[in-house]
Amino acid sequence: MRRLFATLCCYVAASLTSVYANEPIEVDADPATVAAVSSPPLSATMVETEEPVSVAGLLINLTEVKLSKALPVLKQLEILGGLDMLPMFKGMLEGDLYFVKASKEVVIISTVDGELTAQGVLSKKQLADVSKSQLKKIRVNNKLRGFLKQAIARLHISHPDSDKRLAAVQTLLTHLSDDTIATLIAARVNEADEDVQAMIDLALALYQADSKDPAERLIAVNIMADSLEGDARNKLVKLAENDTDTQVKVAAAKALKQINEKIEFYGFIDQLFFGLSLGSVLLLAAIGLAITFGVMGVINMAHGEMIMLGAYTTYVVQLMMPNAIEYSLWVAIPLAFVVSGCVGILIERGVIRHLHGRPLETLLATFGISLILQQLVRTVFSPLNRQVASPEWMSGSLEINPILSLTLNRLYILAFALLVFGLLLIILRKTSLGLNVRAVSQNRDMAKAMGIRTDWVDAMTFGLGSGIAGIAGVALSQLTNVGPNLGQAYIIDSFMVVVFGGVGNLWGTLVAAFSLGIANKFLEPVTGAVLASIFVLIFIILFIQKRPKGLFPQKGRAAE
Amino acid sequence: MKLKSIAAGVALSIGASVISISAIAAETIKVGVLHSLSGTMAISETTLKDTVLMMVEEQNKKGGLLGKQLEAVVVDPASNWPLFAEKTRELLTKEEVDVIFGCWTSVSRKSALPVLEELNGLMFYPVQYEGEESSKNVFYTGAAPNQQAIPAVDYLANDLGVERWVLAGTDYVYPRTTNKILEAYLKAKGVAAEDIMINYTPFGHSDWQSIVSDIKKFGGEGKKTAVVSTINGDANVPFYKELGNQGISSEDIPVVAFSVGEEELSGLDTTPLVGHLAAWNYFQSVENDANAAFIKQWKAFTSEERVTNDPMEATYIGFNMWANAVTKAGTTDVDAVEQAMIGQETPNLTGGMAVMNKNHHLSKPVLIGEIQDDGQLEVVWETDGVVAGDAWSDFLPGSKDLISDWTSPIKCGNYNTVTKECSGSK
Repeated sequence: MRRLFATLCCYVAASLTSVYANEPIEVDADPATVAAVSSPPLSATMVETEEPVSVAGLLINLTEVKLSKALPVLKQLEILGGLDMLPMFKGMLEGDLYFVKASKEVVIISTVDGELTAQGVLSKKQLADVSKSQLKKIRVNNKLRGFLKQAIARLHISHPDSDKRLAAVQTLLTHLSDDTIATLIAARVNEADEDVQAMIDLALALYQADSKDPAERLIAVNIMADSLEGDARNKLVKLAENDTDTQVKVAAAKALKQINEKIEFYGFIDQLFFGLSLGSVLLLAAIGLAITFGVMGVINMAHGEMIMLGAYTTYVVQLMMPNAIEYSLWVAIPLAFVVSGCVGILIERGVIRHLHGRPLETLLATFGISLILQQLVRTVFSPLNRQVASPEWMSGSLEINPILSLTLNRLYILAFALLVFGLLLIILRKTSLGLNVRAVSQNRDMAKAMGIRTDWVDAMTFGLGSGIAGIAGVALSQLTNVGPNLGQAYIIDSFMVVVFGGVGNLWGTLVAAFSLGIANKFLEPVTGAVLASIFVLIFIILFIQKRPKGLFPQKGRAAE
Repeated sequence: MKLKSIAAGVALSIGASVISISAIAAETIKVGVLHSLSGTMAISETTLKDTVLMMVEEQNKKGGLLGKQLEAVVVDPASNWPLFAEKTRELLTKEEVDVIFGCWTSVSRKSALPVLEELNGLMFYPVQYEGEESSKNVFYTGAAPNQQAIPAVDYLANDLGVERWVLAGTDYVYPRTTNKILEAYLKAKGVAAEDIMINYTPFGHSDWQSIVSDIKKFGGEGKKTAVVSTINGDANVPFYKELGNQGISSEDIPVVAFSVGEEELSGLDTTPLVGHLAAWNYFQSVENDANAAFIKQWKAFTSEERVTNDPMEATYIGFNMWANAVTKAGTTDVDAVEQAMIGQETPNLTGGMAVMNKNHHLSKPVLIGEIQDDGQLEVVWETDGVVAGDAWSDFLPGSKDLISDWTSPIKCGNYNTVTKECSGSK
């Protein structure tokens, strides 16, 4: 590692000088340039000059050039402005960069507690009462975004936070120019963090892999062999195929084989995670049904609509608290339980109770209820899908290594599904309600004779199942569209899981949900999404033929 | 004598009343509107119904056509494909409309088509579609694949340097045909088979994890990769969300969509979509006077927050062309109007001229836009001039030799230039 570093130092020593040309120049201290921004007549003359030299002039230029001509302006800004441009580049990348129409002052806007604030890029001062109509957006396209990301990474190399530095070097891997390498070498000298050191070494190795000297290429290959970065792998593929030196070629091929083995392993874990995650969605959707259908024996076709109501509750909660989206889910979960639970109890008291012991009528009645609920939602909220925002902490992914990263929203939902399952299990096992529910479901008449109010237990059980469906709706609102048809998309899957797992058995539901999820995800790459679900359905049909009571049938005299 | 005169008088009065009845009947020109106002397609199609109503109202303000007022007859085929055929029959036989503006999905058009041909009706179809069709009774004012998909691919290859392609679509006729054409086109351009990945998903697909992960892997192999998406409707939001969550940004792997427009973007959380692309023949953000006037008129007709989109422009062009053709032909007779339509020119909303070609398809400019966080699309690329719509793709073996020409002497929707025969209906 050291040796490589030393050779590289010499290799690009010549370009080192250019780094210092890139050193940030103090700008904001210069009162003349600041003045140039605030006085329009002066700024007009600035634009007309062929090559604006000050940061202020460039900024004004930026407000006037066409999107396709903005790149050179940004490049110059990076050279002239250096670190001072960092907030502006970030703002531009996020689409928060505007300029005041009257004064041409470039500002970064942000919204704090629903109020718009704008901060001057150069003056760093907060502008007094601005409204959006006074501002015009500085537009960006992909080309500029690509440049901005690279520029931010270059400026972040000296960031005090080691994570930021690591991400910066990682971003730079794809575009390694002589200048960047020189900057990296300079940064490597002072770098204390081991991960960042390794990443810089990798960048240098990537660069060195194009060297003319086979010995240097060989060193580079050895370094890249330890990395899982895609760029390193791609470079190795090229070396293994085309390198003129056999030794390098063989080393690259060997390294590639190692990496591919690792990729295969992590790919397997990845798929397993996808399967578990799909399983957790199925579990959430089915677990309420496992109670109403599984324990009570009611075929509830409106179960999907209970999920939908939960999702719409999330939407309404977010409407009520637009400035606290981060916490909205915590409010929505209990609320969705209550809303769906109450609707469930109403349905039970109003309809299902009167149809006791008549499964076909129950099926038709609840199907009717599901249509009524859908239409109700269409009338109240419009037939269009509603937008439910994801809180910041739910987006993004947990990066374990460059190949394996687990998306956070799925991870949370997996944990949430298990939590709900655990809670439900405790309720059924340890509480008196649970005891009553089990007693009624096993032998209604006997339970009645023992003084249990079966009517009340029925209503509560149905409410509990529906409430849990509502909670599932909150989770699903984070994954899919919130619209009137949300419930329909999950009702079939839910029944599939409950029937497969064995009616009346919560553990069966758990096992069934996860095994179906995993089977689906392992089939998908081979057969495609459409065929995968068909195969799973066929499998279940065949399975039910063989074992009509599912994976874990109820035993004992109570089970008919 | 007396008797005779009475008889004559009676005959005269009867005759007069017959004339007056027919005069009342001929006072209006009936415009049929065949767009779903309920069911899954209502979201998109209701907008087009409103557009036609707005155009009819405006034409009436200008004094109607041929000295008569226009009257819109709206029916609701309810996103139910067979119902499109029934409603078309109702419009043509019961209401006796002179022209129909309608349909969105290809399957609904295919359902209405036999009825139109049987009863010799006239329909304007305003949505981008997969091509491979040309009927005497239909004018296609939306884009054919060579006016949307192929220029988009050219843009990705030439301007962004894309070398690997993911063709992702919902599993039905439009994506399948479009992807077949694109695959043949890419292969003709020298793209290797292993650099093309094709993927189909069911309607409303919501679990995109493994597909996005596959795309990521496919795109991470050193060559610049892009996704050409014919994913339809609801499935788009979870797709883009998953892309965002797995850390794929629009600079790494851009997605160009053919079914995502202003209407679909309005009221969406656009954050995961920003920077991705869409290819259309019109964007609301295009700046010129005609478009500004159209947007203003639309907002006045509906409400301030409504947006305009590509199929609306296609409806606008189709309506204006039909009005001009009726004026030129001096009648609303289908055969006369059909011939008068060919060669019609009318300004489009992007600052150029739309021309109706012999194959019943329009010449249109092609625009590529980048999705902005306000749900509008910013034009990043456009064709130099207009592109003539090609009914039969040059890249499919079965339709390579076919052309459509509705002028004499050919007068055929699928004329084989090799065998010099018309293989279908005349």
